[in-house]
Amino acid sequence: MNIPFTTNPRPDTGVYNAKLGIWLFLASEVMLFGALFSSYILIRVGAPEVGENAWPLGSDILSVPVAFTNTMVLITSSITMVMAWASLAMKKFDKYKMFMGITIALGLTFLVIKGFEYNSKFEHHLFPSTSNFMAIYFTITGLHVLHVIGGLIVNFYLWIPGAKMWESDPERFTNRIEVAGLYWHFVDLVWIFLFPVLYLL
Amino acid sequence: MSHSAEEVQKHVKVYITVFAALMVLTGVTVGASYLHLGSTAMNITLALIIAGIKGTLVAGYFMHLFTEKAIINWTLALTVVFFIVLLLVPILTELDTISLI
Repeated sequence: MNIPFTTNPRPDTGVYNAKLGIWLFLASEVMLFGALFSSYILIRVGAPEVGENAWPLGSDILSVPVAFTNTMVLITSSITMVMAWASLAMKKFDKYKMFMGITIALGLTFLVIKGFEYNSKFEHHLFPSTSNFMAIYFTITGLHVLHVIGGLIVNFYLWIPGAKMWESDPERFTNRIEVAGLYWHFVDLVWIFLFPVLYLL
Repeated sequence: MSHSAEEVQKHVKVYITVFAALMVLTGVTVGASYLHLGSTAMNITLALIIAGIKGTLVAGYFMHLFTEKAIINWTLALTVVFFIVLLLVPILTELDTISLI
C-alpha cells in the first residue's frame, strides 16, 4: 500500500502531507513552550522587588559565555541542517552525508556543553528546588534539551539507517530531511528566545 | 520536485547570508544586555526585539515560511493568536487589583 502525498502536494492543501503534519505538531509545540514562557512571566512579575526572593539577574547566576557558545553551536547546526536538505535537492548525496554528520556532531556538542553547565550548577548547590528562578531555568532548558535529544535521534536515523531511502525514493527522502529540518530549526528558534530571557535579563 | 537545482543554488547564498546575520545578532544580543537603558523593561524590550528579528530570519528563510503555501501560514497565524492569549494569562491574576471604574 502506498502512503498518499509523500512527494506530490495534496490538491486541497497545496503541500505534501508530512509538511502540514510537522507544522501542526510545531504549532502544538509553540503552545507547550508558550505555557512555560507564560509561567516565567507570572513568577517573575510576582517576585518581590527586593530581598532574598527578588528576581535575580540571569547573568549573576548563569554563565553567559557558555550559553553564548551554545547559541553559536545551535545556530551553526541550523545552517548545516538546511545545507543537508539543499544538498539532496541538488542530488549531492555525499554532501548530504557530510552536512548531516556535522549537524549531529553540533547537536551532541550542545548537549555536552549543557551537561557541563548543569553539573557546575549542581556543584554550586543550585537545584530546581533552590529558587523560582532555578526552577523555571531547569524546567525550560530541560524540556529544550529533551527536544535536542529527540531531534538527534531522528537525524541519526536519517543519517545512517534511514538513508537507504535515497536509493528507492529520493524525492520522499528529500522531503523527510526537510521535515526533520523544520523541527530542528524550531528547536534552534526556541533557544534564540531562551538565551536572552534566562541568561541576560 | 518543486525545487530545481539552480533555484536551490541561489537559496544557498541566502542561507549563508542569514547565518552570518544570526551570528552578528547573537553578539548584538549580548552587547545590548550591558547597555543601561534606564529600566529593566527597556532592556527586556530590546532583547526581545533582537530575538524576534533572529526568529523571523530562521522561520522565514531556514523554515521557508516567506515562500510557504498559504495553509501553513494561516495555521501559524492562528497559533500566534493563541500564543498571545497564553502570554496574557498572567494579567488575569492581577485583575482583582485593577479597577476599571
